[in-house]
Parts: sequence; C-alpha cells; structure tokens
Amino acid sequence: MKKFKATLGILAIVLVTLTTMSCRDNKKEDSHDGMNSEMMDEGHHHDSAMNHDNMGTSTEMMDSHTQSSDAKQVVADYMTLKDALVADDNQKAQSAGKTLLNHLESFDVSKYSAQQQKELKDIVDDAKEHAEHISESPIAHQREHFKLLSKDITDMVAITGTETTLYQQFCPMYDGGSEWLSMNKEVKNPYYGSKMLNCGRVQKEIN
Amino acid sequence: MKKILRIISIILLIALVGIQFVPTERNQSDIEPKTDFLLVNNPPKNVSALLRESCYDCHSNNTDYPWYNKVQPITWFLEHHIKEGKSELNFNEWSNYSDRRKNSKLKSIINQIKDAEMPPASYTLIHREAIFSNSEKEVVLDYMKRIRDSLK
Ligand code: HEC
Repeated sequence: MKKFKATLGILAIVLVTLTTMSCRDNKKEDSHDGMNSEMMDEGHHHDSAMNHDNMGTSTEMMDSHTQSSDAKQVVADYMTLKDALVADDNQKAQSAGKTLLNHLESFDVSKYSAQQQKELKDIVDDAKEHAEHISESPIAHQREHFKLLSKDITDMVAITGTETTLYQQFCPMYDGGSEWLSMNKEVKNPYYGSKMLNCGRVQKEIN
Repeated sequence: MKKILRIISIILLIALVGIQFVPTERNQSDIEPKTDFLLVNNPPKNVSALLRESCYDCHSNNTDYPWYNKVQPITWFLEHHIKEGKSELNFNEWSNYSDRRKNSKLKSIINQIKDAEMPPASYTLIHREAIFSNSEKEVVLDYMKRIRDSLK
C-alpha cells in the first residue's frame, strides 16, 4: 500500500509538472504573438511613410548605386543589433532582432533584376531565421546567429549597394575567425563585448 | 487528511488513464523523400545511424514510436518538440534548402552538437541511447564540417 501511494505521488508530480510546463509554453507563445503584431503595426506605419518619401524617385532609383529604403532600414537595424551586442545588452539585442525581422519580412525585392531577386530572396529568408533566433535567445546564442547574419547582410549590401561607408571587420579569435560590419572605423567587438572589446581589425572598406 | 490524499490520487490516476485515449497526430510517413539529407549526402553507415537515432525523431517527417513514446503525456511533449524542431530543421527537406540555408543549418548543427544542446536533455532523459559519446560527437562533427566545406 505504501509503495502504491508513493507511485501515485510520483505520477501526480510528473503529471502536474508536465501540465504546467506545457501551459507555460503556450503562454510564452501568446505574449510573443501579441508583441509581434504590435511591432508589425509599427513596421507598417513606418514603411508606408517611407515608401511615400520615395515615390517620386523610385523609377530611376535601382539602376544607379542608390540603396533602396528597405535595404537602408535593414542595415540600420543590423547596426542597432551590433551595438547592443557590443554593449553586452541581451534585452536590447532581442528587441533589435525583432525589429530587424519585421523589416526583413516587408523587404521588397521587386525592383531588382531576376538574378538579384533570387539571391536576395535566399539572403532574406536566411537572415529572417537568424533575426528570429536573436529575438528570443540568450546572448551567447545571439552571437552565434549574429555571425551568420553578418554574412547575409554583407552579401545583401554587395547587391543593394550602400550610401554610407561600411567597414568590414574581423576578429580571428571568435569561432575560428568571424566578420561583422560597422559604420565606424574604430573596432568594437560584438562577439566579445566588454570581455575583449578591441579584438579585431578593419578588413575592408565598402562604399 | 489521508482520505483526501487518496481521493486526489485516484482522480489523478483516472486522469492519467483517461488522457491515454485522447487522439493525437502521429508524425509518421512511409515515404523516404528524395530530398533527404542522408539520401543526398550518403554519409558512412555509422553517421547515418547516429543521426537517425539521435535527431530524426524531431527533425524529420518520421518519428520512431517505441512504447514509451505512445504513453501520454510523453506523446504530447514529443508532439510539441517535433513541431518546433521540424520548423527549425527538417532533414527530409534538405536539398530544398538554398546553399545559404544549408550553410547556416550546418553551422547551427555543429554549434548545437558541440555545446551539447542537441539532442535536448529533456529527451535524452528517456531516450538514453540518443546521447552521443565523445567519440560519436567527433565523428558527427567531422562529417558535418566536411559537408559544409564542400558547399563552398
Ligand atoms: C526531442 C526532440 C529533438 C531532438 C531529438 C533533436 N532536436 Fe534539434 N531541436 C528541437 C527543437 C524543439 C528545436 C527548436 C527549439 C530550440 O532551438 O531549442 C530544435 C532546434 C535545432 C536546431 C536549430 C537551433 C538553433 O538555434 O540554431 C538545430 C541545428 C538542431 N535542433 C539540430 C539537432 C541535431 C543535430 C540533433 C541530433 C543530434 C537534434 N537537433 C535532435 C528538438 C529536437
């Protein structure tokens, strides 16, 4: 009888734990959805405002070296994210990841050539996944995805061009050597933050 | 007091039996897709076996269901993981991924195995045989790195 009770007790604990566990997961997803839709709304306002600005110029735009507003926004979001990682700020990096994800989702590739469209689509799809992970992970995992995201953004800029000068920087220590982009020549390392702020050098200037 | 405990226990037991009859969707398929990672890359037998044993339950369209996976609430727990795991990475869909995605996935796979994040601890609690030994880890990591280098 005693044994029976103990078994029942254990079963009860298991059941309760599993139930609460699944409940918690659900809740997390709920609040997540809520936030996303909020952010999405913001993103839309933003975008429509921006498209408006560009209406007049959009015809001649894409042939020249001018960067589309979408591409500009993505690079700006990437820089916000990079700065948050430099500052070891997990929360800020998460919200930057979310903003980036929203802008990637509304990224308009239609103005590019067919070949470029295909490449951009691959890039955006990949970058979206990294942005999503960054928006919900602890900082070590954010940095793993930031490395892959940096490659995406670099390749994106190679197609879209950039109006501001970007510096491709390189730190040989992190994960067998890792690159990132910055608006400043001065090296501030997003992979290590305060632990090794100055690891790295400028590898290339992108105009 | 004792009586209350007994009543609670009985109710829980009934609930536990009851939930066994709730229908669930099995993640099972007889089709071996042409796009599958193992089919496309054709790794050595030991690597295939390790990936099937340790990863395919959650990262493919075909989960192995030994008796304990058919018991609630384990089935629910697994169902949840399969849904999330497949959306992250589905080995059955491998050759549908762009080279860029493949590269990202391989890098993530390497990171996850290296950091012992995958297979998840909550899963290996029951599936002891899914845990990689150090030498198995090396074999899989070496293989994944080789595939990644061949992409470039
Ligand atoms: C119990 C089910 C389960 C098993 C078994 C499992 N995974 Fe996962 N995997 C998940 C879930 C759930 C996620 C998504 C949530 C997360 O990242 O933790 C995931 C995510 C991933 C990711 C993406 C993670 C990221 O952040 O980039 C990779 C890569 C991965 N798994 C690889 C593997 C490999 C390789 C194995 C075998 C060694 C494996 N998984 C075994 C459930 C599983």
